[in-house]
Amino acid sequence: MTLMKTLLGAAATLALSSAMATAEPAIIYDMGGKFDKSFNEAAYNGAERWAKETGGTYKELEITAEAQREQALRRLAESGANPIVTTGFAQSDPIAAVAPDYPDTKFVTIDGWVEAPNVLTVAFTEHEGSYLVGMLAAMASKTGTVGFIGGMDIPLIRKFGCGYAQGVKAVNPDATVILNMTGTTSAAWNDPTRGAEIAKAQKSQGADVIFAAAGGTGMGVLQAAADEGILSIGVDSNQNHLHPGQVLTSMLKRVDVAVYNAFKEGADLQPGIVTLDLKAEGVGYALDENNAALITPEMKAAVDAAAERIKSGELQVHDYMSDDSCPAGQF
Amino acid sequence: MDFATIIQILDSTVRLATPLLLACLAGLFSERSGIFDIGLEGKMLIAAFASGAAAAVSGSVWIGLLAGIGASLVFAAIHGLASITFRGNQLISGVAINFLASGLTVLLGQKWFGLGGRTPSLEGAARFEPITLPFARALADLPAIGPVYYELISGHSILVYVAAVAVPVSAWLLYRTRFGLRLRAVGENPAAVDTAGISVTGIRYAAVAITGLLCGLAGAYLACGLSAGFGREMTAGKGFIALAALIFAKWRPWHALLACLLFGLLEAISIRYQNIDLGFVLIPVQFTQALPYLLTVVILAGFVGKAIPPRAGGDPYVKER
Repeated sequence: MTLMKTLLGAAATLALSSAMATAEPAIIYDMGGKFDKSFNEAAYNGAERWAKETGGTYKELEITAEAQREQALRRLAESGANPIVTTGFAQSDPIAAVAPDYPDTKFVTIDGWVEAPNVLTVAFTEHEGSYLVGMLAAMASKTGTVGFIGGMDIPLIRKFGCGYAQGVKAVNPDATVILNMTGTTSAAWNDPTRGAEIAKAQKSQGADVIFAAAGGTGMGVLQAAADEGILSIGVDSNQNHLHPGQVLTSMLKRVDVAVYNAFKEGADLQPGIVTLDLKAEGVGYALDENNAALITPEMKAAVDAAAERIKSGELQVHDYMSDDSCPAGQF
Repeated sequence: MDFATIIQILDSTVRLATPLLLACLAGLFSERSGIFDIGLEGKMLIAAFASGAAAAVSGSVWIGLLAGIGASLVFAAIHGLASITFRGNQLISGVAINFLASGLTVLLGQKWFGLGGRTPSLEGAARFEPITLPFARALADLPAIGPVYYELISGHSILVYVAAVAVPVSAWLLYRTRFGLRLRAVGENPAAVDTAGISVTGIRYAAVAITGLLCGLAGAYLACGLSAGFGREMTAGKGFIALAALIFAKWRPWHALLACLLFGLLEAISIRYQNIDLGFVLIPVQFTQALPYLLTVVILAGFVGKAIPPRAGGDPYVKER
């Protein structure tokens, strides 16, 4: 009996310690899907980079329905994953509900907002990056009308749109900015058909550069813009290669860096709030061989000058989420 | 709102109504023969996937179209087998088809292309190109008629015209041919048709096959016409809106055309005018986006009167012993 007890105890200790040693990080993608060529794919790339560099493995889950959000978090937490990184603002509430039950597990929300002792909130200054691509859009536009297509109508996406509109107006105060949203549910992140139709509607209203901040829906926007012979702007990941020569630039949001850093720090992750801004290269615009011919040296110089002024704090881009209003455009 | 804007909205309406119309006519044939089909969505989805995948691999939209129709026919055959031969519950079979399509497309797409259920983007000959009708360019400058012909009627992909032609063809087939009479009779009173020495099973299978064909066209149009490739759940409930349109049209082809155009128009308006500013009050975007669904309820509840489905609909036919 004593022997049995010792054996069992030893086995339990062994199991426990091995579980501790192999605490894998985990990532939960949002509704757009892991391969949306945009937001979630950036997160995936960050995770893959970590896996390649360290040889480690990680767990991953893709949310396909609202009901899965909390369940997915609990399952990963139960399995011992640490830290658990989530993408998308919609994971905020589930994390707030689950985090207190697993005080030893670290949670990371990218785009969300949770205040808890074991949660790291990663925020980006999307309005700054959007401001820069807005300037490029205004300089590339011949009609003086540019468009913006958001995914789901949430404050975060309005923050993109508002920064964009400010950038456009900074270059051309008389420019018209058409601000549209794809929908009001999570399905709006993955509806390329509707995105394409909105892009066509904006083109018929005179827009010749369209910025899509809409996850998987953006694929349809970029495609429709290429079909119609106008320019588009990608988001989150570098999407310039999707239609070479027809995507003006991409507003980069370095979700990959956020995921990579979280995975690298592992269980020792510091909870709190991290803001990745222009200065920290958390946001920016993409320049590569696919859009080199579209961005003239003058355009680049103007945008880089504005970027310097934003970094130094000389130029303040209005953040929609600070007061839920936008001075440069009407949603 | 000027003339050009109206033309653009109607142009968008035609594009958006086409998949609805094809699916609606598909449902019409099936339900008129007494086989309820809520699996229109699933058949469109699998057809969209098959056509997107085949077009991406082969580089030819025609091979894609054939693959889409083929896949849709297979699913139609499953539904036929379950509900005609094995006399199963038609609603359950339809639901099963929707789930099967939803899962299978993502699974196969991920396995074959590794793009998270998407198929690779289609280019050039792998997509349906817009067709410019004869004289469209020459007439484009005429006032009134020119823009209508050039912008609205010309410049769509071939399946839009196929869908438009499918309406009179369906009406003729249903009301002017022997096959149509039998098909309608099978949906109302299969015993009478059986007594006349005509195979109820045969007619019903034929109707289900036509449904498969039309759903295949609708799916191929979604993947290779409207979009450039298949995307996860890309039908986005169009199969169910088509069913609503079918009830609204009281199972008649010409009315189905009008119903689908109305739904298309509502969607086009909600896309074009997100916030409607009436001067004194701003109608928010949420309202315009809910409008198609709201109107569906209002129309179905009050305006069509009583919609009476085919009498034998949903009942598997059992020969009297």
